[in-house]
Amino acid sequence: MTSIQMPQLGETIVEGTILKWLKSEGDQVKADEPLFEISTDKVDTEVPSPVAGTVTKLLVAEGATVPVGTAVMEIDDGSGAGGNGASAPASAPTAAPAQPATPAAEAPAPAEPAQPTPQPQQPAPARTTAAPSTMPDRGPRSGILSPIVRKLARERGIDLATIAGTGDGGRITKADVLAATAAPPAAGTTVTPLPSVGPAAAAVMVAAPSMPAGQGEEAQPISHIRKAIATHMLASTQQTARAWTMVEVNVDRLVHLREESKEKFQANFGVKLTYLPMVTRATIDALQQFPLVNSRLDGETIVTPRFVNMGIAVSYDAGLIVPVVKGADGMNTVGIARAIADLAARARSHQLQPDEVQGATFTITNPGPYGSLLSVPIINQPNAGILSLDGIQKRPVVVEDDAIAVRSMVYISMSWDHRLIDGELATRFLARVKHNLETWDFAEDLGL
Amino acid sequence: MASTTVESGAAGHGAEPRGKRSEDGQATYLIAVAEALWEEMERDERVIMLGEDIGVYGGAFKVTEGFLERFGPDRVMDTPIAEETIVGFAVGAAMEGWRPIAEFQYSDFMSSGFDEITTVLSRYHYRSGVRTPVVLRAPSGGGVRASSFHSVNPEPWFAYAGGIKIMCPAFPSDAKGLLKSAIRDDNPSLFLEHKALYRRIKEHVSEDPAALIPISSAAVKRPGDDVTIVTYGAMVHKALEAADTLAGRGISAEVVDLRTVYPIDEETVIRSIEKTSRALVLYESFHFLGIGAEVASVIAEKAFEHLDAPVMRLAPPNHPVPFSPPLEDAFLPQVADIEAAVDRLSAW
Repeated sequence: MTSIQMPQLGETIVEGTILKWLKSEGDQVKADEPLFEISTDKVDTEVPSPVAGTVTKLLVAEGATVPVGTAVMEIDDGSGAGGNGASAPASAPTAAPAQPATPAAEAPAPAEPAQPTPQPQQPAPARTTAAPSTMPDRGPRSGILSPIVRKLARERGIDLATIAGTGDGGRITKADVLAATAAPPAAGTTVTPLPSVGPAAAAVMVAAPSMPAGQGEEAQPISHIRKAIATHMLASTQQTARAWTMVEVNVDRLVHLREESKEKFQANFGVKLTYLPMVTRATIDALQQFPLVNSRLDGETIVTPRFVNMGIAVSYDAGLIVPVVKGADGMNTVGIARAIADLAARARSHQLQPDEVQGATFTITNPGPYGSLLSVPIINQPNAGILSLDGIQKRPVVVEDDAIAVRSMVYISMSWDHRLIDGELATRFLARVKHNLETWDFAEDLGL
Repeated sequence: MASTTVESGAAGHGAEPRGKRSEDGQATYLIAVAEALWEEMERDERVIMLGEDIGVYGGAFKVTEGFLERFGPDRVMDTPIAEETIVGFAVGAAMEGWRPIAEFQYSDFMSSGFDEITTVLSRYHYRSGVRTPVVLRAPSGGGVRASSFHSVNPEPWFAYAGGIKIMCPAFPSDAKGLLKSAIRDDNPSLFLEHKALYRRIKEHVSEDPAALIPISSAAVKRPGDDVTIVTYGAMVHKALEAADTLAGRGISAEVVDLRTVYPIDEETVIRSIEKTSRALVLYESFHFLGIGAEVASVIAEKAFEHLDAPVMRLAPPNHPVPFSPPLEDAFLPQVADIEAAVDRLSAW
């Protein structure tokens, strides 16, 4: 008897929803055959069977959301009672008993412990199930408020959100509170009673006041993906010190290059030529010049990867997802174009693997094709920044000799985390991106 | 058990004539204890002493040298090596109106008198209404390379009995003043003299026979603002040494000496935590269920609102005291361990 559990598709994933059972009780399954579809905060995927046997029990209703590690299904694989404690004594299948259930007592001890997860040799889906950690990673101790800190904040009416912690993991200490009350309040600092600084996730769904759907309105439960987006976006705005800087870039040369070469490029490489890969390539160079923009804050440590995993925001029917071009710093613009095209296509067809939406070191969002002029994106944590490529427009600009000419211009901006980066660095970084786009000859890099 | 130690123990672990105060009036811990006994024997003739080798030999550590000559064999009694009898005799004498002081050569051997101490001495007043003003004296503690039969800290065992006040002084003045208070108290007391301190600590001690230190009063031995180290006995001196070093690093540690470990002076401890908000409880009895375990829970229960960090404990493991010097050093909290613990606590 093997008990199938809700797999953990990513280290921060704590629950998943059974979208659809692909097998019914009594069905025969082969090893690796898909058993059910699940939806998690990050991806929707099929879960294959680790064993061959007969489905004896579906333990969870379609549409139900259960914590990672919850037993959702039992398969009689002839190994007798085993599984990992989650399996009930073998009971006769309720429908089409193709095989008699093996009584537990008669069964020999299983030679191999029944695995709730797919065997190692099989392909990626649902492989990250080992050692389920159900705690979201919030950084060490950053959120702990000691009794004395709470007491002082209450007595003195201090907004703890205005205090930077110096304790372990950024914890606010008694000394921090005393220092904050000793110093005169900064201009504009509002002194309010102790705010709720609980986990952002809890706040997401608490929309007060409640206003249920009335006549002429449609009510729909929030989707998993929508909920995840809401949680992550709110958490980012609460946890980062977001600042924003913009540069204006003359992309006349890129526009000409694309107009001249797009058919040839598509013929050569099978993907469309867009501006995004060129901007991505120019951004990677800037990240290499200014590695701090590629870094992240881990507690009180700044972690700076020596590689670039570029997150590319992709909208699809369910919402927004950020697939990651892994090792993007090792690719030329053609490679980047192919990788983005592949990931975007699979995102839109719900075929991304869990590890393809993790590990971004920086992110680019690209609302330009939809006609945006300017965007102020929210940082994709734990990145230090997110770059926005907005719409290219022909604009009259002042060129050499104070002449006015028509040029293809674009605003490229970055939301950046002021905890990690200061304005000078952010501006120099964007200036580098601008310089690259205005001076590089992409023709060669594009194999044209 | 005791029979093997009368000779080897007395000869091998620091027994020598107790000597006198130094010319500037400073007294060792041992002399302070002897003075307290002497003054109380002079003051009240109901005070009597009994124990193994306390008379002719003058005590294993020579605390009672000269007492037999001054007070005579009716008030200074050598006993057989029979701790249960010593306690039973003391309880009976107390019931008859005497104020007996029973000495154990090492506190390790008190367990041979366990039943008389815990079921008779600690409860007799409750059961009968008859007072039993008995003082049990014993050298306790480790750090003197005396192995697991001569290094025990038995205070948790007897604190658990209830009904027996327990003092573990760290300084000569406290030892003298507390012992005199114990002798004058109508309740049973256990007075534990840390043997590592007997001849190592010296200070000016009051010569006023009326000077007392109240039972159940802790003392702040070093004021500080950042961290409180609550401790007692020999660990007080290690805590003070650590506090000196920590001060050099900008950490201001307050050292609270409990002096009496049962009942605890909760107020002094809590007042200190109110100031510092961080507590390290340092103790030489075993970590699990040791005196400091109770102190830590008092702080958690009654000073919770003032805490800025978890209450930390530093104490030896529940394990026999090792004989090997490197192992004993590893077993007992050392100054460097205290500094490291305070550093962890400060950084929290």
